[in-house]
Amino acid sequence: MFGFGRAKALAAVSALAIGLTTGAAQAADTIKVGILHSLSGTMAISETTLKDVMLMLIDDQNKKGGLLGKQLEAVVVDPASNWPLFAEKARELIEVNGTSVVFGCWTSVSRKSVLPVFEELNSMLFYPVQYEGEESSRNVFYTGAAPNQQAIPAVDYLMKTESVKRWVLAGTDYVYPRTTNKILESYLKAKGVPAEDIMINYTPFGHADWQTIVADIKKFGSAGKKTAVVSTINGDANVPFYKELGNQGIKAEDIPVVAFSVGEEELAGIDTGPLVGHLAAWNYFMSIDTPENDAFISKWHAFIGNEDRVTNDPMEAHYIGFKMWVQAVQQAGTTDVDAVRQAMYGQKVPNLTGGVAVMNTNHHLSKPVVIGEIQDDGQIQTVWSTDGVVVGDAWSDFIPESAKLTADWTFPWVCGGCEKPMY
Amino acid sequence: MIARLLALMIALCCGLPALAADPDDLPGLIEQLQTRDYAAMEQTVNTIAATGDPRAVAPLQALADGDLYYRKSDDKVFIARKADSGTDLLDPLTGEFVENVGRRDARKIGINNGMRRALRGALGSLTLLSPDPKVRAAAAQSLFKSPDPGAIEALGQAIAAEKDEAIRTAMEEAQAASILLSDSDDATKIVAIQSLADRGGRDALSLLKGLPDSATEPVKAAALEGVKSIEAALALWSTAQNIYYGISLGSVLLMAAIGLAITFGVMGVINMAHGEMVMLGAYTTYVVQEIIRNNAPGMFEFSLAIAVPLAFLVSGSIGVLIERTVIRYLYGRALETLLATWGVSLIIQQLVRTIFGPTNKEVGNPDFMSGAVQLGEMTLTYNRIWIIVFALVVLAMLMLVLKRTPLGLQMRAVTQNRRMAGAMGIRTDRVDALTFGLGSGIAGMAGVALSQIDNVSPNLGQSYIIDSFMVVVFGGVCNLWGTLVGAFSLGIANKFLEPYAGAVLGKILVLVAIILFIQKRPRGLFALKGRAVES
Repeated sequence: MFGFGRAKALAAVSALAIGLTTGAAQAADTIKVGILHSLSGTMAISETTLKDVMLMLIDDQNKKGGLLGKQLEAVVVDPASNWPLFAEKARELIEVNGTSVVFGCWTSVSRKSVLPVFEELNSMLFYPVQYEGEESSRNVFYTGAAPNQQAIPAVDYLMKTESVKRWVLAGTDYVYPRTTNKILESYLKAKGVPAEDIMINYTPFGHADWQTIVADIKKFGSAGKKTAVVSTINGDANVPFYKELGNQGIKAEDIPVVAFSVGEEELAGIDTGPLVGHLAAWNYFMSIDTPENDAFISKWHAFIGNEDRVTNDPMEAHYIGFKMWVQAVQQAGTTDVDAVRQAMYGQKVPNLTGGVAVMNTNHHLSKPVVIGEIQDDGQIQTVWSTDGVVVGDAWSDFIPESAKLTADWTFPWVCGGCEKPMY
Repeated sequence: MIARLLALMIALCCGLPALAADPDDLPGLIEQLQTRDYAAMEQTVNTIAATGDPRAVAPLQALADGDLYYRKSDDKVFIARKADSGTDLLDPLTGEFVENVGRRDARKIGINNGMRRALRGALGSLTLLSPDPKVRAAAAQSLFKSPDPGAIEALGQAIAAEKDEAIRTAMEEAQAASILLSDSDDATKIVAIQSLADRGGRDALSLLKGLPDSATEPVKAAALEGVKSIEAALALWSTAQNIYYGISLGSVLLMAAIGLAITFGVMGVINMAHGEMVMLGAYTTYVVQEIIRNNAPGMFEFSLAIAVPLAFLVSGSIGVLIERTVIRYLYGRALETLLATWGVSLIIQQLVRTIFGPTNKEVGNPDFMSGAVQLGEMTLTYNRIWIIVFALVVLAMLMLVLKRTPLGLQMRAVTQNRRMAGAMGIRTDRVDALTFGLGSGIAGMAGVALSQIDNVSPNLGQSYIIDSFMVVVFGGVCNLWGTLVGAFSLGIANKFLEPYAGAVLGKILVLVAIILFIQKRPRGLFALKGRAVES
C-alpha cells in the first residue's frame, strides 16, 4: 500500500513538474486557439466533427510554419451540450488559458449563453453554423448562413421551379426554427400566399414518433395545390422523420421536403434510397467538384484516418473562418482582438465550392447559396446555385421591427443593430 | 441488329400507336439527354415518349434510377453498372457491354424532381402495353400520379386491350385524371369526376380540388360533390388511423417500459440506467448487423432474430453486474439508488461514446420491416406493425415466466415478503440479481425493436427513460397488466391530442393529466391490494 502511494505521489510530482515547465515554455511562444464544441451529450453527434476539423486546420497551419513565427496550440474543452456550461467554459478558455480566439458553439442557445462572456472580456468567437440571424455582436464572426443565404433562396427555388403553392413549415421547438419560420411566414405572405396555405408545426427535440405529423402533411398536401415542406427540424429527430416519410411513401416528386439542418453528416445514419430528390439548402456540399474541395476532402480523410467520413457545411464555415483569422492576424501583425477585428473586414478566402467568401462589416460572410437533391449514396447533388455570392444579412428585411435595423461595426455606424449611425 | 429487329417486331405485334416519330432517331435523342438544362432534357424525354418505342424504356428507367452516365472523353451516353473495379458501360438501347472504364471517367447524368415527374409519366405511357401485368399496373399508377392529356389516347388503347379487371380500373382512373386536365367537353369531364369520386382517396381528392379555374360551372359542381363524398369517407378513416397510431406509440412505450416494470415495478429499484440497457440492446443490433454485412451479407434478413437473444444476454448480464456491484448495497435507500444508477447511466453512455463514437450508427431495416401496407385510406408501416406484435409477444412471455416458472414464483415471493421467502429457503440475493438481470435483458430486447425506428446513438436511452417511468407509475407499480393498459392509453391519448394541440403541447397535457391522476390514485391504475402493500 505504501509503495503504491509513494509511486503515485512521485508520478504526480513529476507530472506536475513536466506540466509546469512545458506550460511555461509554451506560454512564451504559442498562440492559443480555443475550441468550444460539445464532445458529449446530445450535440456531440454534430459538434465532435467540428472539433476534429479545427484540430486538422491548426495542425496544417503549424506544418506551414505557424503564425507570426509562433506555433498554434489548440485548447479543447467540452461544454457537454449543457448551455450554462458553455459560458463557464468560454470564460475558462479566455481567462485561464488565455486564448486569442475561440471557434465554437452549434445551437443558437449555446451562442446566446456565451455571448455576454465574449463581450465582457472583449474576446473573439467564430460561430460556424447556419442560424436565425437577428444578431450581430462586436465579438462574434458568423461564418454560417443567415436566413437570406439559405431559407429565402430555397423558398424562391421551390416557388419558381416546382411552382409550390402550399407550404408546411415544420420545425423543432426552439429559437432557430421559430425565428426562421417567422421570417418565412411573412416572406410567403408578402409573396401573396394566403394564410390557409401555410401550415406551421413544431415538435420537441428528439421527437421520434412522426406518424401523425407525416399523415397530416399528406392530408395538407391533398388540396390540389403543389405542396412542399420546409423543414427546420434539428438534430437526431430528422432520422425518424425521413424514415417515416420513406415508409409512408411520400416521394420527392409529389411533396418535396427542403431542409436547412440536414447535411451529409445527418444523412450518414440513414438509408437514403427512399429520400432521393428531397432537398437541402446550404452554402457547401461535399459533392461539389472543385480542386479546392477535392484537396480539402482528401486532407480530411487523411487526418481522420477513415475514407467513409463525410464533410459538411459547418466544416467549410470553420475552414473559411480559420483562414480569415490567420490572414487577419498576419495583416495586423498581432493577435490583439481589436486589431484583428479591424483586419477581418474585407478579408477574402476562396470557398471550397468556387468563388470567394468575403467578411462584411456586419460580421457576416458573403457566400454562394447552393440547393441540392439527396442522392441514394447519401450525398447531395446541386440542382441550383446562385450566380455569385449573397451578402449575409444580420437583420431580416421580412420582420418589420428588424427591417429598420442596420449592423455595421465600422465608422460611422459602429453598431450591431441601430436605426441611426452612432457618429 | 437482331435486337433491333426484335424490338420492331414486338412493336408491330402489340399494335403501338402509329404516331411514332422516326424510330431510327432514337439513338440521337438518347444522346441529347446528356445536358444540364433540365427544360431541354424534359423536352427530349417527352419526344422520346412520343416515339412509343419500347427500346426507350431501358435508358429512361436508367435515367430515373440514376444509372445513366456519359463518358467524359466523348460525352456519349451509356447505362452504367457497378463493376468490381471501375464502371461497366452498357449500350443504352441494346444493353450490350461496351467497355469498362475507371470510376472517374464516366459521370452520372443528374436529374431533379421535375425530371423525375416527367420520367414517371413517360415511362408510364411507354409501358402501358407491357406483357407483364405488374408493369402495366405500375404504369397505370404512375400515369395517375402524373396525369397528362397527351396520354389519353394511349390509355384508351390500353384499356381496350386490357383483360385484367383491376388493372383496367386503374387505367380508367388514370384516364379520368388526364381528362380533367384536358380540354374535353363537360359531359366527358363529369363522367371522369364520377369515376375519381368512386375511387376515393387522397390522390383523387387532390385532383378534384386542383380543378383549374377555367372549368365550367357544372363541372365545378360535380367536382364539389365528389370532394364532399371523398372527405366524408376520409374523416372516418382518419379516426381509425389515430387509434392505430396510438396503439403503435403505445407499443413503443410498452416496449421501453416492460423492463422497468420489473426493475422498478416489481423490485422497487429506481433504475435511472434503464434507458442505457435499451441503448445497449440497440448497439448490439448494430454490431450484429456489422458482422453480418462484412461476413455473410445473405443473412441480413435474419439479423434481428439473431440480435434479440444476444441483446437480452448483453443487457441482462450488464444488469446483473450492476446489481451485484452497486444496487445490492443500496436496497431500501431510494435516493441513493437514484443517484447511483444515474451515475451508472452516464458512465455507460460515455463508454459507448468512446467505443463507437458520438455519431449515429446506421441500423438497417430488413425487407420485411420496410415499406407500408395500404389498408383503405390508412398507411400502416411494416416496422410499426412488427413492433406492436413484438411488444405483445415479449409481454406474454414475461407473464409466462412470472406466473409459470419456479424463478417467477421465487421473484414474486421475494417481492411480497422478503424475510418469509428467505425463511422458506429461497436465496433472496440470487433472486434479486436474476430479477434485475431479467428486467435489464428485456430492456435490451426493446433496444433491438427501437433501433428500427429511432436513432442508434449514445443518447437513445435518455429519451425513453421519462416515458417509461410515466407508463409504469400510471399503470400501477407491481402490475404488468397495468403497464400494458397504461402504455396503450397514454399512446392513444397522445395521438388524439397531437393533431389539435401539436406535439409539444400534447405531451405537456398528457403529463399534467398523469400528475392529476396520481394525486387521485397514488398507486396508479391497477393498484395492488393487501398487507404487503401497506408495509
